[in-house]
Amino acid sequence: MPEPISRETVAKVARLARLDLTDAEVDRMTAQLAGMLDHFRDVDALDLSNVEPMNQPIPLTNVLRDDVVAESLDRDEVLASAPAAQDGRFRVPPIIGFEE
Amino acid sequence: MGSAPRRTVVDVAAGVASGALTASAVLEENLAAISAREKEIHAFNLVTTERARERAARIDADVKAGKHIGRLAGVTIALKDNMCTRGVETTCSSKILAGWKPPYDATVVRRLADEGAVFVGKTNLDEFAMGSSTENSAFGPTRNPLDTSRVPGGSSGGSAAAVAAGFATASFGSDTGGSIRQPAALCGLVGVKPTYGTVSRQGLVAFGSSLDQIGPFGTTVADSALLMEVIAGHDPLDSTSIPQPAPSLMNVLDEGVKGMRIGRITDMPEGSSPDVLARLEAAFDALRVAGAQVVDVTMPSMSYGLTAYYLVAPAEASSNLARFDGVRYGLRVDGKDLNAMYGATRAAGFGDEVKRRIMLGTYALSAGYYDAYYGKALKVRRLIAEDFAKAYAECDVILTPTSPTVAFKFGDKTSNPLAMYLCDVFTIPTNLAGHAAMSVPFGTGEAGLPVGVQVLAPALGEVPMFRVAAELERSV
Repeated sequence: MPEPISRETVAKVARLARLDLTDAEVDRMTAQLAGMLDHFRDVDALDLSNVEPMNQPIPLTNVLRDDVVAESLDRDEVLASAPAAQDGRFRVPPIIGFEE
Repeated sequence: MGSAPRRTVVDVAAGVASGALTASAVLEENLAAISAREKEIHAFNLVTTERARERAARIDADVKAGKHIGRLAGVTIALKDNMCTRGVETTCSSKILAGWKPPYDATVVRRLADEGAVFVGKTNLDEFAMGSSTENSAFGPTRNPLDTSRVPGGSSGGSAAAVAAGFATASFGSDTGGSIRQPAALCGLVGVKPTYGTVSRQGLVAFGSSLDQIGPFGTTVADSALLMEVIAGHDPLDSTSIPQPAPSLMNVLDEGVKGMRIGRITDMPEGSSPDVLARLEAAFDALRVAGAQVVDVTMPSMSYGLTAYYLVAPAEASSNLARFDGVRYGLRVDGKDLNAMYGATRAAGFGDEVKRRIMLGTYALSAGYYDAYYGKALKVRRLIAEDFAKAYAECDVILTPTSPTVAFKFGDKTSNPLAMYLCDVFTIPTNLAGHAAMSVPFGTGEAGLPVGVQVLAPALGEVPMFRVAAELERSV
């Protein structure tokens, strides 16, 4: 298992998750996540070396539909519930200019 | 306990179809119960009184005119507020979705409507279905109608409370790790988590996509069977929907359990209270008396299910909840650029538990930690499925408690997330394996509160599961 989770890691994960956390939230989250991850070490008791990971319970493959035009959502109805819309599109703040 | 007398789905549907009852009269009983107790219980985020009245009147007119009516004509139903209802606010009990009106109905909602159901409203839940007590709702907790100092369970606590209080004939919830079965147990109802892929997830706001299933809350096993027959079956709009028709369940309820093999887990996780374990023993005894055989099975990986679940579910949630970014629905908090808007919107819109799980999931999926956490969790998931497969070679169904305790008091578990997570120790393995399970009320425990016994079945094992559930109901 990796090192205990640090405050810096929590702050980085918050950025990845696009969550602006306050300093107090980062502190609280660091303690809570550390506690949970510590608890999760119980699985270290299991031998998992020859176990295949299970991504989904009932595997179905190549789920396709016929290539026919079907009814789709009404654009105006969709945009009516958006925080901001203009000219039949979602309106968003400037995309260029952020630092990462 | 001060609640209105409850009608069953089967009786309402038969009564309305025959003209002995009217849909409007059934609805008015529910609305009267809501007027009397909803302030205290808070089962609903929204009661759609006028829509429901119009719909009930139309069904009554159809009956009078001799038109074709569906299998659920006049049956009043409450929907968990994470199922999309066209033009009717759908919030997931989160500030981030407040005010959002979906442009379409979930497949389950459409199927219920096609059979004549009358929707009473949208019920409260733990925000985005993350919790076991409905204390995590952004709009305040729901109270257990049987004892208002206690939680109704969660995350579908509003749906359970709505039926227990007589606000609707039946209701629907979603179950990702026990969110139908545990509140059903705590409110004295029958609650079903169908086999993964049996019921369409289209229009259910996703939490853990490989775990989520919609299922019914009913007063009786027969009600739950009828509701399952209506909602189950292939849906081309859900690519994980199993391509086969819904099984017949109503016609197996009287078959009894003679010759069936009922599994008892000898290495069951500890921590259940004595009153709950006593009821479980009574359930084994009742099935034995009815002609079933009780066989010992082992589930060595069962207690590791919690760990696997609390990595897999947050990982999937962190991905699913990325869509709530202030662009397409609900809340937006302005920022100087797109990224600032995302971060501010999500910080303001999500509650503590949702943030905690998004953080845990993002961490478990991030570079350098994937193998140590998420990858390991998926391997534990496989072990659990393999343990179940071995157990089901020896038995047809397995019995466990649904919840380790009866309904607990408000605040008992809110300070410690791990204590809350332990509520789901018996329900989680079913979701990880994609199997079927249901909770059946089986007498009472501490403080006269209901105890639920959980019937576990393998994938597509709904028929034996309902046979055993019906037998338990007959022998209470």
